[in-house]
Amino acid sequence: MKLVVLAGTPGSGKTSVLLHTIRSLIKSGKRPAVVKVDCLWTDDDQRFSKLGIPVHVGLAKDMCPDHFTIYNTDAMLEWGASGGSDIVLNETAGLCLRCAPYPDACLAICVIDVTTGPNTPLKVGPLLTTADIVVMTKGDLVSQAEREVFRERVLEVNPGCIMVEANGLTGKGSFELAELVTGGPDVCENMVLRYNPPLAICSLCTGETRVARKHHMGVLRQLDGFMEYRGE
Amino acid sequence: MNEELTLTILGGVDKDGVPEPVKFMEVSKGEIIGIVGPTGSGKSTLIDDIEQLAQGDTPTGRSILINGKRPDALTRVDPRRKLVAQLSQKMHFLADMTVVDFLHMHARSRGKGPELVNRVIELANTLTGEPISPDHYLTVLSGGQSRSLMTADIAVISDSPVVLIDEIENAGIKKQEALRLLSGEGKIVVVVTHDPVLALMASRRIVIRNGAMVDIITTSREEQDVCGRITQVDNWLLSLRETIRRGEVVEELA
Repeated sequence: MKLVVLAGTPGSGKTSVLLHTIRSLIKSGKRPAVVKVDCLWTDDDQRFSKLGIPVHVGLAKDMCPDHFTIYNTDAMLEWGASGGSDIVLNETAGLCLRCAPYPDACLAICVIDVTTGPNTPLKVGPLLTTADIVVMTKGDLVSQAEREVFRERVLEVNPGCIMVEANGLTGKGSFELAELVTGGPDVCENMVLRYNPPLAICSLCTGETRVARKHHMGVLRQLDGFMEYRGE
Repeated sequence: MNEELTLTILGGVDKDGVPEPVKFMEVSKGEIIGIVGPTGSGKSTLIDDIEQLAQGDTPTGRSILINGKRPDALTRVDPRRKLVAQLSQKMHFLADMTVVDFLHMHARSRGKGPELVNRVIELANTLTGEPISPDHYLTVLSGGQSRSLMTADIAVISDSPVVLIDEIENAGIKKQEALRLLSGEGKIVVVVTHDPVLALMASRRIVIRNGAMVDIITTSREEQDVCGRITQVDNWLLSLRETIRRGEVVEELA
């Protein structure tokens, strides 16, 4: 069983790239299944269903979407195996850019939109820096020079990654991606995350809604960068 | 760039999935090839196939060979090894950077030194009316300035043996000078165009219809003569445009 975790900034074209890649995978005789994780709402499952593959939606709702993805990884793999699939493709909601839901024994793919400008790779964080494959989308909207500068910036923060230029409209890059997915690692027992998540459990997690500073507890960081623990 | 270089296009299918009439086209070093056809017929798609060195993995199903062989994966993606430079219809930059920062980074991505940066800006300024300053932000450049900068960037930094040009006539820049600059020494130049001067400057032109390569026309002697004559007309138009730009009065029919 192989696990692919696909992350990226909202609107970067994760779903479109994945749809084309799945078509290529099916053509080469693979049996992929998709788990689409989102925060509040999605209808992408209908787009995936049209390909005739098993689809499962997970909505994180009140839970952190990355934690939700990590917490449910075992369940996704069991669900995929029970349906006879050999690859589980997990499209994450990944939003805050502070952590990355990539286990060590998965193929981690980060999708990033070239039109967001060459400073974006510096802002995306572990989602990008710990990915095995970085997929650049919407390259048809900028000049070749701009694509190459963007690529250079990605390599600055993740020198070891494989970069794929993909187009969610035409399917460019999907053939290459499908080959990389097929050659990805098999999952194993006791997987660990590649990157440590942020300091969690704050007073907002426990339902605090008042803004004033005195009501907040936990590991807190001030505007000037000073960090302290407040609480019992 | 002393080695032999050929570019081969193996035909795929048209927009309806029917195999295209032209199944094989080979282009050699030093040749200028035109691509002509109605708007929306698939000219830019052919350019894209060449730029990506398609291997049957694009919607057209075409394959591109270099020196008769399938290019390996690294040649397809690594800008340092890239054989193809492209000047596309995209007229504006989206990157929020200054001209000089952008060019430095592009030179680095192509494995070139920073000394080329000023040369790009100087060359760009020979193609455009309003000069570009190194401190300008890319996003404030006009369409003509952007296009001039992209052209000069391809000539100096990209310096690939194959150059693809998409509708340079729309750029508001000196198109023949730009083409001369880009075609450089012994390069393969592929130019998509509706412009008779540029189309007839090519030695052959591919005709595109409904997504398919339907014909290859070799530019005849007569067409070359026509090209010479319309070039004169074109230069006259250009000089009139410059006169008007300078705020002067057009005196008489030359």
